[in-house]
Amino acid sequence: MSDTVFRPYSQSESLRSDRSARDRARHREKVRQAIRENIADIVAEEAIIGQSRDRIIKVPIRGVREFRFIFGDDDGGTGTGDGDTQPGQIIDADNGDQSAAGGPGTQAGVDFYETDITLEELVDIMFEDLELPDMERKKLREVPVESARKRKGFRRVGVRAHLDKKRTAISRIRRMVAHRSADGDDAEFTVEARFPFHRDDLKYRRLVRDLRYQSNAVVLCIMDTSGSMDTMKKYLARSFFFLLYQFVRGRYNNVDVAFIAHDTRAREVTEQEFFSKGESGGTMISSGYDKALEVIRERFHPSLWNIYAFHCSDGDNWPEDNTKALDAAHALCDVCNLFGYGEIKPLNSGYYGESLLQLFDAMDEDNFHALKIEDKEQIWPSFRDFLARERAEEASE
Amino acid sequence: MGMTWTVQDLEYWDARIREKVEQFGLDCFAQEFEICDHEQMLGFMAYQGMPSHYPHWSYGKSFEKLKTMYDYGVSGLPYEMVINASPSLAYLMQDNSLCLQVLTIAHVYGHNDFFKNNFMFRDTHPEQAIGQFKLRADRVRSYVEDPSIGRSKVEGVLDAAHALAFNCTRNIALRRLSGEEQRDRALAASQPPHDPYESLHVRVKYEQPDLTRTPLEPEENLLQFIAEHNPYLEDWAKDILHIVHEETQYFVPQIETKIMNEGWASFWHHRIMNSLDLPEDLYLEFLVHHNQVIRPHVGEINPYHLGFRIWHDILRRYDAPTRAEIDKYGQPEKTGMEKIFEVRETDRDASFLRRFLTEELMRDLDIFKFERQNNNVVVTEVADEDHWGSVKASLLRNTGMAALPVIRVVDADHLHHRVLFLEHDHDGRDLQREYLERSLEHLHHLWGRKVMLRSAVRNEPVTYSYDASGLAVVRG
Repeated sequence: MSDTVFRPYSQSESLRSDRSARDRARHREKVRQAIRENIADIVAEEAIIGQSRDRIIKVPIRGVREFRFIFGDDDGGTGTGDGDTQPGQIIDADNGDQSAAGGPGTQAGVDFYETDITLEELVDIMFEDLELPDMERKKLREVPVESARKRKGFRRVGVRAHLDKKRTAISRIRRMVAHRSADGDDAEFTVEARFPFHRDDLKYRRLVRDLRYQSNAVVLCIMDTSGSMDTMKKYLARSFFFLLYQFVRGRYNNVDVAFIAHDTRAREVTEQEFFSKGESGGTMISSGYDKALEVIRERFHPSLWNIYAFHCSDGDNWPEDNTKALDAAHALCDVCNLFGYGEIKPLNSGYYGESLLQLFDAMDEDNFHALKIEDKEQIWPSFRDFLARERAEEASE
Repeated sequence: MGMTWTVQDLEYWDARIREKVEQFGLDCFAQEFEICDHEQMLGFMAYQGMPSHYPHWSYGKSFEKLKTMYDYGVSGLPYEMVINASPSLAYLMQDNSLCLQVLTIAHVYGHNDFFKNNFMFRDTHPEQAIGQFKLRADRVRSYVEDPSIGRSKVEGVLDAAHALAFNCTRNIALRRLSGEEQRDRALAASQPPHDPYESLHVRVKYEQPDLTRTPLEPEENLLQFIAEHNPYLEDWAKDILHIVHEETQYFVPQIETKIMNEGWASFWHHRIMNSLDLPEDLYLEFLVHHNQVIRPHVGEINPYHLGFRIWHDILRRYDAPTRAEIDKYGQPEKTGMEKIFEVRETDRDASFLRRFLTEELMRDLDIFKFERQNNNVVVTEVADEDHWGSVKASLLRNTGMAALPVIRVVDADHLHHRVLFLEHDHDGRDLQREYLERSLEHLHHLWGRKVMLRSAVRNEPVTYSYDASGLAVVRG
């Protein structure tokens, strides 16, 4: 046996440990990809809707598990006890030291398969999934707002109220010192000698108007709350509104929401009321659209606001209302950035009443989109389609 | 933490330890130690200890996992990491105290001796190991950089190969027969046995063995089989399958001897440290670390603990058997030392536990069998007179490679449709369904045609098939 070799630690070699950088980056990429692939499931989960943005969500990740043939974990195993273990006893498993792990078999079962992300990140990934171009913000309707005046430098003239006394005084002293040394009289500095302020000493604060661009957007949630809209339908509608709101919110400075519930008459309601169950039987969609137009007229003028309106219904409308509804829909398209109609028809609902989709076929506005949602899995794809409309529109400009 | 030791200190203690190593009769490869920081240690751990290894995201994942656990203090880093190579290579963490370094050095010589002498490692080619890993890494990188192949194709094949890598021979001491030899064996087996009274007997009708079948004998090296029998696989992909197979074969002996190997190294570091006349402060610190390493983990099997206790038990039973033991097992024919040196050469965990984990020792260690019931670990059997056998059987089933299912290729041209037919050697444990599905997907990816797997669920036979349309289940 030859001599033992000790290779001392060298700092430069620590760079070598970065060899994992690429593999780590690839792993993280896979995590994000896995989230993206499951986004439809995650969005369909009730838990994220109406939650704060800081909420942490556990996302199951299937993509990053390493699969191999293993046994199901119903088998149990063997372990050592503390001396007098009895059958039937419940053991506090000792999870302290895992450095003894070595066999591949037992470890496969406890693979990491969940990751924590905040709703904020999730929303980011969601919209990344939509592949929206970055330049989009430019296109938004931006309104210059002269919010206030702000200070920017100093000047020699101005109104009395803006006089900066401290700087003026400093300026005088500076002039005084310069004057004295110019005279060559640096021996005595007498306080008695009067040295008055001169007009040149005066400094005024300069104020400029602060011009900011504000982008405003409003999401108008219009929903049929007649008796035929059951909990499941409302839930699907709610998921859709949630996505729309999050989307709009990510792209505008100032976002407002309005909820308009209608059966045969429409009224503006709070979020709670919006999703609680309605009673009435009839449905007149035009009432909802008219109300929306009214709200827009009163509070959200199209020159100042980007308007996103979306209407969810189960397609059940009084036939005599159809023409009126169509007219109102045209009117809404004129003022909205995007106006959509989602028909919610859960599968297995056993009831396939009428559909308004045919009616809306007559709409040829670019910013109108009608779609059908049958189950939770469809929410995300539908939402993508809905926004694809806006994307196509931008591309053509 | 500033360094409390110098390389000269290590050299001094190493020389003293080596004196003991020789005196105790350990037989080692030359030894090299590399001093590293914790970041490098995490890197070595993530890449199976290898200074050079091909890239794959799973190692990035492993690194992140280890780092997270380390940063949050869930687990510390191992004191030692030894590579089965010649010269043997081990890492020492620079932040560890002198006592830990001395303990680690002593422990490393135990592993070194074990790698050199245990029969499982005979064909692992330790003198080439590190170089081979580097060459394989270079090959994989060259495929990644080849514009006609590229990262994502390589990753796809590696993903699939990793999924199937452990479906390979467990006992690499058994030589794999070539196709030719399998044919000869099948022909020989078909010959009627020699019968001295053949003139009196009715002649047995000779039946031609079916030699058209591929494979002739069930094949458990899935990756190797696919590389050899899928003509549509490109050369680089075949090479990757061989690479992953070879690396797995290199690690199988370590998986198969974890308990013996860690026990052996702990046995010897304990003995060496006790014989070194350590100054009191070092000695007390050593005891703390030693007890930490070989303490039992309640509800689990700590291989350091179990191995350490069994080696000591063998030594005691051969040197100073009790009356009862002589009655039960007979008078020992060897000294304890002779016996343990023999066993370290001829056994692996499965046989080691079967032969030397006695009923008395099981009771002493309080080994029990448990089941998981709604997140609770519930003890079902303890090592009492009636149940120790069944507890031991359960322990054996979860040791090393036995914790993974045995799956063999039985037919590569099933129904003459080039369908790959496999059989799971069902031993009462069912396959995990989701993992099964995804593994079949990987298998299908590599084979390029439909794959079928016969297994069982609750002892009812089930056949799964996987093709482009996904998984289908056929009863029976």
